[in-house]
Amino acid sequence: MISQIFILSSKGDHLIYKDCILTTGLLVALFCLCLYLLILLQSHKGLHFIHVRQGGLYWVASTKTNPSPFTIIEFLNRLAALTKDYCGSLSEKSVRMNFALIYELLDEMVDFGYIQTTSTDILKNFIQTEAVSSKPFSLFDLSNVGLFGAETQQSKVAPSVAASRPIMSSRGEQNEIFVDVIERLSVVIGSKGVLMKADIQGEIRIKCFLPTCSEMRIGLNEELSIGKSQLKGYSSAVRVDECRFHQAVKLDEFDTFRILKVCPSQGEQTVMQYQLCDELPCAPPFQLFPSVEKDYVNRVLIFLKLRCDLPPKSTALNVSITVPVPKGSTSMSQELSSPDQTAELQPKNKALLWEIPRFPGGAQLSALFKVDVPGLSSASLLEVGPVSMSFELPKQTCTGLQIRFLRLSPTQTGLSQRWVRYVTHSDSYTIRI
Amino acid sequence: MPYLGSEEVVKELRRALSNPNVQADRLRYKNYITKVIRYMTQGLDVSALFMDMVKASATVDIVQKKLVYLYMCTYASDKPDLALLAVNTLRKDCADPNPMVRGLALRNMCNFRMPGMTEYIEQPIVAGLRDKASYVRRVAVLGCAKMHSLQPNTEIGRDINELEWCGLLVDLCDVFISCLDSHSDGTHSLQMKDLDSWAQSEVLTFLLRYRPRSDDELFDILSLLDAFLLSSHAHVAVATLRLFLHLASAHPTVQADALLRTSAPLLATCGAASRELRFAGLCHVQQVMRSQPGLFGTHYKRFFCGYSEPSYIKFRKMEILVELVNDENVALVLEELRSYCTDVSPELAQAAIAAIGRIARTYSEKCLDILTGLLGLKQDHITSAVIQTFRDLVWFCPQSTAAVCQTVGACVDSPQDSEGKQALLWLLGEHGDQISSAPYVMEGYIDGLKTELSSAVKMELLTAAVKMFLCRPAETQDMLGRLLHYCIEEESDVCVRDRALLYYRLLQRGVEETRKVVTGPKSDPSMSVLTGRQEEPISDTDVTLSSPDDAEEEISLSLGPPLSHETFEKMWLDLETLHRQTLGFPRPRAAPDTLQAALQLVKIQTLAFTPGDTVPWKAYIYTRSTETLILAELLQGDQQAPGSDESLVVSVKQQPVNQHAIRGFVSVLKSVLQTLNVDTL
Repeated sequence: MISQIFILSSKGDHLIYKDCILTTGLLVALFCLCLYLLILLQSHKGLHFIHVRQGGLYWVASTKTNPSPFTIIEFLNRLAALTKDYCGSLSEKSVRMNFALIYELLDEMVDFGYIQTTSTDILKNFIQTEAVSSKPFSLFDLSNVGLFGAETQQSKVAPSVAASRPIMSSRGEQNEIFVDVIERLSVVIGSKGVLMKADIQGEIRIKCFLPTCSEMRIGLNEELSIGKSQLKGYSSAVRVDECRFHQAVKLDEFDTFRILKVCPSQGEQTVMQYQLCDELPCAPPFQLFPSVEKDYVNRVLIFLKLRCDLPPKSTALNVSITVPVPKGSTSMSQELSSPDQTAELQPKNKALLWEIPRFPGGAQLSALFKVDVPGLSSASLLEVGPVSMSFELPKQTCTGLQIRFLRLSPTQTGLSQRWVRYVTHSDSYTIRI
Repeated sequence: MPYLGSEEVVKELRRALSNPNVQADRLRYKNYITKVIRYMTQGLDVSALFMDMVKASATVDIVQKKLVYLYMCTYASDKPDLALLAVNTLRKDCADPNPMVRGLALRNMCNFRMPGMTEYIEQPIVAGLRDKASYVRRVAVLGCAKMHSLQPNTEIGRDINELEWCGLLVDLCDVFISCLDSHSDGTHSLQMKDLDSWAQSEVLTFLLRYRPRSDDELFDILSLLDAFLLSSHAHVAVATLRLFLHLASAHPTVQADALLRTSAPLLATCGAASRELRFAGLCHVQQVMRSQPGLFGTHYKRFFCGYSEPSYIKFRKMEILVELVNDENVALVLEELRSYCTDVSPELAQAAIAAIGRIARTYSEKCLDILTGLLGLKQDHITSAVIQTFRDLVWFCPQSTAAVCQTVGACVDSPQDSEGKQALLWLLGEHGDQISSAPYVMEGYIDGLKTELSSAVKMELLTAAVKMFLCRPAETQDMLGRLLHYCIEEESDVCVRDRALLYYRLLQRGVEETRKVVTGPKSDPSMSVLTGRQEEPISDTDVTLSSPDDAEEEISLSLGPPLSHETFEKMWLDLETLHRQTLGFPRPRAAPDTLQAALQLVKIQTLAFTPGDTVPWKAYIYTRSTETLILAELLQGDQQAPGSDESLVVSVKQQPVNQHAIRGFVSVLKSVLQTLNVDTL
């Protein structure tokens, strides 16, 4: 049973406050104090606080009974996701502007501390307020209109912001559905280029703007095999260790044809989650060849050669490389191979940050950093520790999972647009030196 | 919360709300109402506007209605007399043709917190229970609960028959009562598949209150719920696990099996995208590992820290890594921990070093190499943490003393913070005889005493210097004299001065006297019996937020780290026999390995026994229970022991003493041996 629900801004202002059962006044001030200690669960006089941080806001629930923390955390996450669905984006500003809508949502979701429903199908009947979009009007929205009705290239590519709009807006009523395959990669590469650990956590997520949607069929790769032993076909099989589905997914055709059948409700939901551990079907996307030397008395030379092992047609975006440097580093000079790359020394974090906005597959980039360290000793070189990278691989899945087709049956009246997007994020990509 | 200038704001809002021009313009009017709610959320007291807001509730605009109701619920308890005026409007809304308005009005009316409210809401609730819209019925059922919490002794719905209640509760979509009802008929119809996940976990929590009447019924329930252990919603899986642990508390194998099956969903939450979920998952893994240490051993790579993870997750993961180390993964785990030692955050680095120190209690050699290597980095916080780890290590496993002393002797730079200094001084004092440079290092500290601020360091220095004097008097005498002189004459801290005076007077009594008082044990291997990994039975309360209030004390045995023959022999000779009992039946004639396996099954380890049918027949066994180590001897056919001709005699020794545990142990032992006897006959 939930006693209170708050949404707090990062500074501790109350944006939303709902008291579900008779409780003793506000205890938020106390909670704000605790927040700075970064503890997930606090309790005060038998009242437990559980918070989740999303979109720069604290989503807090307090409870007097002894529920499973999972329930509350998942509920708060769901609340944040619903708020995002209804308001378009998640930020302090959008919550402030749409607070009436959020109160309305909360009113229907929680009554007397019991979670009533979080499904958009039910909620949409009760929600009357229209979302106020926090984005200003932009000409970009008009870019889909073809000149003289001609089919332009632009209409075939969904703009990246297309999915971040309120699901219930009456303007621009477009029958769109987005299916995203998102993978998170966590890799540890040992000092000799050996792969020490590789995990992929993936999910298929649907964001549906269709007001009513009948059954949708999502076809995955036919050669997809699940589990360690089971192998299908002869050639490169796509394999995952384990997968779990949303409870609404019908799996009667999954075993033979790898087809998921689902009736998506409005808003965002995760249809399938899967994971692959300990082995990658392809080479890890980046290999690093570092060399660290002592140059003059007080200078360290760090030479990094980075190779991208993706297929030549694909690119990695927003690649950033963090290299720890010895304590007390004062300044740095660098030699980078192209002007769009940047590098800076962050003395506070004892690290240098090298950023590459675009990195084409198969390419190799190198950089030379000269770091001045007063009072350098040979031991300091040991501090140039594991290099960590973060990047984004659009149109790419590391497991090779693909969506063969996306069918709405029976065919919708009117045009409905279906988008399939793939992206791989680096959750944690560490290369030891 | 008082808010500067609040009166002005309220006055202005009241003017606007009562302005007929504004009231005529619906959009503007609504805007002002929104403004009121916004101030209310921010903590401004806008209760003075109650009258104006009640007027605003008479509208066809549902959004405006909702906002006004929210306002009224918040301030009803402050303005009970005015709220009564609003009740009439609300009751009128309860009869609105639109079911949404009816539900809304009913719900908010039940949310008013005023003493006399029950008499007004009873009738609408009863009407709501018979409404044709399911939405209103649902609100009404919850209204009953709210009314009950307002006035615990009210009876609602006397005139509603049982069948209707059942229908209502199904309406509530939580089949609580109906599923329990069906239990009484002997047919189980837990139709949980159709519920959404929140209701599922609510039902599972509710079932915790149910006590099955027989084992058959229990297993029926468990097999019905089995599929939910693997639910894709973590909270459902964990709620099911909690129920399993609770219901099957008498069946440890069922519990273990449930834990095994939930390990996959738990591991998945440890890699979830939401950090908070990850943290909760890790905490649960840690709990589960206490009862099933081997469960996650092969998945150790899942607990390697990600680079971008917040530190609270990293700390948790390191604690788990320490606990799941085994022979196969130790090398890789250590390599991973080694890479955290140079982390930017000093707290994290120190925690990683401490984690290596914990592993060193089992795998000392590899860890000592790493720790020695870390000293070479010459970073203050790392050096300090390594020295502290050394101190703990020497205390817990004395066999590593020589290696540690060598390293400390060779270490050139000294820690700068007081924790590290204390650790170094303790090592110097305790093992000064093995560190050749110890007096010179200590002399440095004594010379710098004037600039030392921490009194804890000074106290440690005094103790260490006296201890050193006892083992290396020639080199220490002079500086000890200087130290005592300074501390007695010039030190302003009373504690330090008293400690110095104490040592001074002790030394006056003679060296032998001092030695008796000052030197204690150099290490405490018996501590490792306590701090070593023990299997604890997991209870369902562990998986929740707070700890159990009235935990029943039950005896549970566990294997724990193996005991060597030498240790056993030494302890056996040292300890007194606490309990001797003739069991009343001869030794089982089973094969030796059967006997050993059977005892292992109930967590009793066999150390040695006489082979074959030799007389006298002896067996030595040991086990651990909550914080105590139990050693026992089984004896048959010894001439000296009375009563051992025909039946087994068991003698038990224990450290530390816990009579409760002994009784439990003997009864477990008896039942196993009896079972074996029956089997072999």
